[in-house]
Amino acid sequence: MDYEELIINMGPQHPSTHGVLYLELKLDGEIVVDCRPNIGYLHRSIEKIAENRTFVQFMPFTDRLDYLASMNNNLGFCLTMEKLLQIEAPARAQYLRVIMAELNRVASHLFAVSTFAQDLGAYATPLFYALRDREKIVQIFDQICGQRLTYNYMRIGGVSADIPVGVDQLIRDFIIYERQMMAEYDDLLTNNVIFRARSKMIGVLSKESAIDHGVTGPNLRASGFKWDLRKDEPYLMYDQFDFNVPVGKNGDSWDRYNVRMLEIMESLKIIEQALNGLPEGDPVAKINKAYRPTGEIYVRTENPRGELGFYVVGDGNPFPYRLKIRAPSFSNLSVLTSLIRGLNISDAVCVLGSLDVVMGEIDR
Amino acid sequence: MIGFVTSYIPLLLKGLAVLGFIALSAMFLIWLERKISAKIQNRLGPMMTGPHGAFQSVADTVKLLLKENIMPTGADTTIWWLAPFFVTVPAVVAFLCMPFGSHFIVHDLNVGILFICSITSISVIGVFMAGWGSNNKYSLLGGMRSAAQIVSYEVPLLLSVLVVIMESGTLSMQGIVRAQELGWFFLKPNVFIAFVIYLISATAETNRVPFDIPEAESELVAGYHTEYSGMKFAMFFVAEYTNLFIVSAVAATLFLGGWLGPFRPSMFWFLLKAYTIIAFLMWIRWTLPRVRMDQMMGFAWKFLVPVSLVNVLVTGWLLVVKG
Amino acid sequence: METAIVSKSIQERFPDAIVETKPEWICLKKEIFTPVLQFLKTGHLAFINLHCITAVDRQGSVEVVYHLYSFEHKWMLTIKVILLDSDLTIDSLTSLWSAANWLEREVFDLFGVKFTGHPDLRRILNPDTWSEHPLRKDFKRDGFIPRPVR
Repeated sequence: MDYEELIINMGPQHPSTHGVLYLELKLDGEIVVDCRPNIGYLHRSIEKIAENRTFVQFMPFTDRLDYLASMNNNLGFCLTMEKLLQIEAPARAQYLRVIMAELNRVASHLFAVSTFAQDLGAYATPLFYALRDREKIVQIFDQICGQRLTYNYMRIGGVSADIPVGVDQLIRDFIIYERQMMAEYDDLLTNNVIFRARSKMIGVLSKESAIDHGVTGPNLRASGFKWDLRKDEPYLMYDQFDFNVPVGKNGDSWDRYNVRMLEIMESLKIIEQALNGLPEGDPVAKINKAYRPTGEIYVRTENPRGELGFYVVGDGNPFPYRLKIRAPSFSNLSVLTSLIRGLNISDAVCVLGSLDVVMGEIDR
Repeated sequence: MIGFVTSYIPLLLKGLAVLGFIALSAMFLIWLERKISAKIQNRLGPMMTGPHGAFQSVADTVKLLLKENIMPTGADTTIWWLAPFFVTVPAVVAFLCMPFGSHFIVHDLNVGILFICSITSISVIGVFMAGWGSNNKYSLLGGMRSAAQIVSYEVPLLLSVLVVIMESGTLSMQGIVRAQELGWFFLKPNVFIAFVIYLISATAETNRVPFDIPEAESELVAGYHTEYSGMKFAMFFVAEYTNLFIVSAVAATLFLGGWLGPFRPSMFWFLLKAYTIIAFLMWIRWTLPRVRMDQMMGFAWKFLVPVSLVNVLVTGWLLVVKG
Repeated sequence: METAIVSKSIQERFPDAIVETKPEWICLKKEIFTPVLQFLKTGHLAFINLHCITAVDRQGSVEVVYHLYSFEHKWMLTIKVILLDSDLTIDSLTSLWSAANWLEREVFDLFGVKFTGHPDLRRILNPDTWSEHPLRKDFKRDGFIPRPVR
């Protein structure tokens, strides 16, 4: 009997490709024989744009990388520039940065786990629950910097403005609220039999394979490798806070989900400590803003999706000679093909959802 | 001649009433589904058209009626055109022996339940026609999944219906309701198991979460009706909600005593029970994730079928011992 | 400090591999750079993670920059290899790290560096029909205004 493989073009417009990812799936029945991810549909050539902007002007572009974690991208670029220019941000700015980065991490992880549930077919309900909670964070950010998605809050040498009166109480309320809500997610998803059956031992990523592919962040930790830059190479004030690094056991989709859920709790812990220890002082260092750096630097920060690296080469001009963004999702996505080979198409969607990629930073 | 015509007039009126009921019921169910899902998801749902968006479905229907009919290039024209009718017509015909009230039934066939079960199974052909005719790979996968799913869940569904038939000793829908005058069937433990199996299988039959595999949005976009638009899509939609009503109404009739209730009108009790089951199925839909194809098939063949077979045996044994 | 230690251990093993050592980076010779990286990965330094591959167009030459990471020592190492514009080819690292696959495709796409031995060297971000390499300093295209050179 004649026998042919079915090629399905999944994306660039598809409900569950998280943006404009295009997967060429080769199917045998419903089993994925091969997968070729094609990216670049969101390529805005941000690295080239950077060469034509001053360092200060480039800050808003970092928001557009991983648009679900703009604060963390801001932070990564600020830290890179501060290290290159040897500037130290004031203590208050450092604490504010920690609070914002962790709040954004909570928002990003909420989105990640709920879209993962959506990919598993939990029709919109977990997504709406997560958006309800994320909305509170977004409104806090709105009060702080006037933006809901692309914050552009941090500056080289500090943050753009101090937090308004009353916002710290809002954040405290949010922490109490979110801790209660996490129990709701546990009822809806974590302890759900179908949810577990769908995600356990699906798309198992071994520790060795993860390191080999350059996978970082929650995906690497889910594979059982305890590695978190905030803990192992602390930047900002992270060495002063008490928090755990959740680790998975098998490296399956379930672990990747669970690690994110646990990380939300740890982030809330960090925010609470940072709020309690928030020192007085200026939110931004008084420095000359006409930067003309020379030399080169590579700095990484722990983003919600992994290690975001900025490689900046300065040649004494006010704009970078070369600026490379090492996007965590880029490496995380490259492991997809090896994970979904031999799986059902439903599981392929599950694995893709559990990797939590954002096309904005893959394509740059 | 006159006598021939007049004898058919009441039947015709009943038929028209049923058709009107189907259209209204589908529209109401779509509104209800949107409201219930909104309630579950901390939203308001439709609010703008009429009080609490009550006329939203009317507006949607008008919109769908006015929409252009888009046919994909390379579609198998005849099959593609016929598919929505193959899905909708059986759903309408099944109302022939739906016992709405003690005297409100279009025709009380003596093989009523058998008729309903067999006529609703035809819709799987329509679904597969839609999947095949659309010339779309997602539709094809959806159609194949649907065929496999409906065929396998038909078995436990019929076996659980069989338990009720054995208990009541009749195939007529009115007969089954009257047999429950002494006590609703689902109070008996063996029929209660059948009731649970029936509900699970019915969820799969109507392609609803957690068994919405044929139209799994995150995988297959919209499954077999990806390529349909306008009124053709509306026909699939109406059929879906009509089927939802049918399985719930059959469940109410078989297990919950149908139109039996402490006071009249009997139709009130029938609708109350049917809509309670519908609300329950909607609650499930907006809460659970979807199962995988192989998990679902395994669940049907490895769990539901053996359990319902044993249930049938136990029921027979109980009847023999008692009888 | 760290680069000095790494540089010393490379020198012990491969006496003529290093072109230059700076506090920030080590520049290697193109010809024997793969065995050096293999040594860095499998040797006692354990740079098991290829973090990033990128390139810098120096107008006349292209620096290919590798960022290696050692989880054991918590060291980030920057390796540079200088390629002349006349010969933009370099050995692929796909045999050592799977991560190199996409990262090298990206460098090929944006700079036109050809990685010999790469299994699937296609453009990754830009359309396959393009012939330009956008991150080269001499990149020209309608509507794109390059920065004025001072």
